Amino acid sequence: MAAGTVRLTGHGGDDIEAYLAQPLDRSGFGSVVVLHHMPGYDEPSKEITRRFASRGYAAVMPNLHYRDAPGASPDDAAAACRANGGVPDDRLVGDVSAAVSYLKALDGANGKAGIIGYCSGGRQSFLAACKLPLDAAVDCYGAAIVRAPEGLPIKMTPIVGLAGDLSCPLLGLFGEEDKYPTPEETAELSAELTRLGKEHEFHTYPNAGHSFFSVNRPSYRPEAASEGWERIWEFYGRLLAS
Amino acid sequence: MCTYLTEKIEISGSGKGASGWFALRGATVYFDHPVHAQAEHTLNIDFVDPARGPSARVAVELTAESARALAKAIETTLGAVPAGLAE
Repeated sequence: MAAGTVRLTGHGGDDIEAYLAQPLDRSGFGSVVVLHHMPGYDEPSKEITRRFASRGYAAVMPNLHYRDAPGASPDDAAAACRANGGVPDDRLVGDVSAAVSYLKALDGANGKAGIIGYCSGGRQSFLAACKLPLDAAVDCYGAAIVRAPEGLPIKMTPIVGLAGDLSCPLLGLFGEEDKYPTPEETAELSAELTRLGKEHEFHTYPNAGHSFFSVNRPSYRPEAASEGWERIWEFYGRLLAS
Repeated sequence: MCTYLTEKIEISGSGKGASGWFALRGATVYFDHPVHAQAEHTLNIDFVDPARGPSARVAVELTAESARALAKAIETTLGAVPAGLAE
């Protein structure tokens, strides 16, 4: 595998940085766009990106906070992005589109591209899959898809209304103890996707809450995370691998 | 979850960051995932001077219980200041 920082021409023609990891021992590989969580473009998120390359996918993670603080450390950039009101939805879609184009242009790419996002990135993964032609999307505990949490002046608006435009199968991985989103909300999303005839596969794990994939946080749940990774490999293996 | 719940205020004072002391112009207060603290959510405060760039920041991440204790301690301390000194 090879991994390192690359440049993308993101939304609005902006130059942004991204982290690329790709296999060196094969061609005909599928591609994955990785969306980091709100704490930013950090080391654990880069490790996740490399994990896809170790499984034979080219993966790129755009720094969604780059414009807020070019060259700053990921935590400073995340703080600056928050102070600026978060990542605008249209900017996210533009940056993902750029990442997909970059991946598909790599020597050896098979032309199939998926997306995965964690936390706020889970919602953004669903958003991108509704706005862009993709082959597979994974939502890891994304909140505010069905409804915005009450009482919080957040900028994340519900986007379940876009579900009719979902361009690809959706894998949802959730924790039974999560409050954002609750199992009731993800069941509601599943029902809406079923009503619309959209292929999806949701798994809700017991003894797990939000961020159960995060190996460096107390929310980490090895059993749920291991099961979740297996579902991801099956899903992408079916939809992205040659 | 990523709450985005954020309060921003203007402040006056100084803080010591990675590059030494600098004048503080603002504070961002939010309850969300920490970068470093071993808790799922924390009360986070960024003391900043936006004019100096994103790295001019003094950051703290406190458990909710610690943040409440800090707020109470600040109020207690200010409340004990002799009249006229902390107007």
